[in-house]
Amino acid sequence: MSAPASPLRATAAMTAMELRITARRGENLLVTIVIPAVVLLFFASVSVLPTPGRPVDFLLPGALALAVIATSLVNLGIATGYERHYGVLKRLGGSPLTRPQLLVAKMAAVVAVEVVQFALLIAIAFGLLGWRPPPGAPLSLLLVGLVLGTIAFAGLGLAMAGGLRAELTLALANALFLAFLLLGGIVLPIDQLPAPLDTLAAILPAAALADLFRAAFGASANVVWSVVVLAAWGIAAIAIAARTFSWE
Amino acid sequence: MSDPAPAIAIRDLVKEYDGRAVLGGVSFEVARGEVFAVLGPNGAGKTTTAEILAGYRKADAGEVRVMRADPWRAGPSLRARVGLMLQNGGMEPRARPDEILRLYAAFHAHPRDPDDLIDLVGLRGVAGTRYRRLSGGERQRLAFAVALVGRPELLILDEPTAGMDPGARSSTRELIRGLRSDGAAVLLTTHDLVDVERLADRVAIIDAGRIVAMGTPAKLIAAGAPRLALRFAKPLEMGELASLAAMVRRGRKGAGVRGELGDRSSAFIEGLAPDPGLVAAVTRWAAARGVLITELRAAGRTFEERYLELTGDSAASVAAPDEEP
Repeated sequence: MSAPASPLRATAAMTAMELRITARRGENLLVTIVIPAVVLLFFASVSVLPTPGRPVDFLLPGALALAVIATSLVNLGIATGYERHYGVLKRLGGSPLTRPQLLVAKMAAVVAVEVVQFALLIAIAFGLLGWRPPPGAPLSLLLVGLVLGTIAFAGLGLAMAGGLRAELTLALANALFLAFLLLGGIVLPIDQLPAPLDTLAAILPAAALADLFRAAFGASANVVWSVVVLAAWGIAAIAIAARTFSWE
Repeated sequence: MSDPAPAIAIRDLVKEYDGRAVLGGVSFEVARGEVFAVLGPNGAGKTTTAEILAGYRKADAGEVRVMRADPWRAGPSLRARVGLMLQNGGMEPRARPDEILRLYAAFHAHPRDPDDLIDLVGLRGVAGTRYRRLSGGERQRLAFAVALVGRPELLILDEPTAGMDPGARSSTRELIRGLRSDGAAVLLTTHDLVDVERLADRVAIIDAGRIVAMGTPAKLIAAGAPRLALRFAKPLEMGELASLAAMVRRGRKGAGVRGELGDRSSAFIEGLAPDPGLVAAVTRWAAARGVLITELRAAGRTFEERYLELTGDSAASVAAPDEEP
């Protein structure tokens, strides 16, 4: 009798397909790989921004946060929106692959891309901008930020992809990317923003994620607040995605 | 080994979209090793039926069993036993046919060899081409291969031969016949009458959400009332049609002539069983009028004629008028 494959085999095959397709999506490589690297290099080289201390110390965590946003919100959201548009999700839904397996595969592919992005950004900071990890920094917070940030932004991306038309998801994901770049404490400290934008920025997940990464590199930041903000966004986004997601 | 329960059993299936009834009480069963065709015009409810059976939609009322399970609630173990082919592909445009087939193979414990399947459906030449560059027929063949990869016990194929060229159509039908002889059940929707005549063990003709006829194709054709079908080299004048009708009615109670609305190049003599005397009378009438008969068929209907009758397209036919006084 025909039976489903083991969950591990099905999920691994789906993850491999996700990574293969991600690599073929040239326009998304621009936003995931190139933009965070350019933001880091450009703003660290021209000191136009009122950052405290050396620019690279402020900008590297910001670029890492931008990388997470690019991959889990923009890339995943747009790709999933078009998969829904083309009926790919519907067809997969009729196969023995389960929804949790598909979700795990997508998350695994996102995290794999993020690891590459992190390696590239840290290598740029280390090799070109003279950045060194401060001794005794709680680097494990990098992992906490990666996980919480991926959940929150991927949740937002999937909530858009599952409920909106693909074209609208594309436009909205790019608009949010820009908003988070400007208001998310990525290149500009949020205390430099005029009121009430600074208050708004403080409760956005982008600033929370960037602060968490700054804390990982030894900066003084309110880690608990960052974790609470990210977790709240993550729970809300996943709840919305679970309610509104439809296959067609 | 084999489960005696039918592969598909649905009873009084009802489905509405926005208060509009798409299925108004559909019932049928499909046995193991049977090819069952659901035939009907666009919008008749074929795809909705297939999608309910595939577990994509929930019936508003009625009972649905696919190998004893409710497809709406069923999990991966039922989906592993059912091979699906939907309309509009549903494949990632950037993926290649060999990759897609290997992916779906990896969802099954004992899949068919994806490489063999590529050859079987004739996609070897484009196995490494991105999906978005495939032709419509190639996409259909890939979707068919994906439906087969898990060695399904039941295939649900929504218009499988649509968009295929005649060669691919014919080899797809051959493959479906092979699956049937291996014991698989096949439900296919189509509006290709050739699919039904060449492939289906039984057919349900569905129109406006209701089954209007069901049985073997031969039985459905035979079930039509007997008649004589005529085709003429050029359309009859209205007066010629009336004269033919008058000739036929003379001494034959209940007989009548129907022509097709807007196209009087064919006519049907109905209401009586064709006999040698009728055929002779008709040809005599044609000779006297200088009308050339290009086709004359007394052996009942073609499947197409029967189908058009059953699906209400007979509204396009018109009774010949009485002879002018």
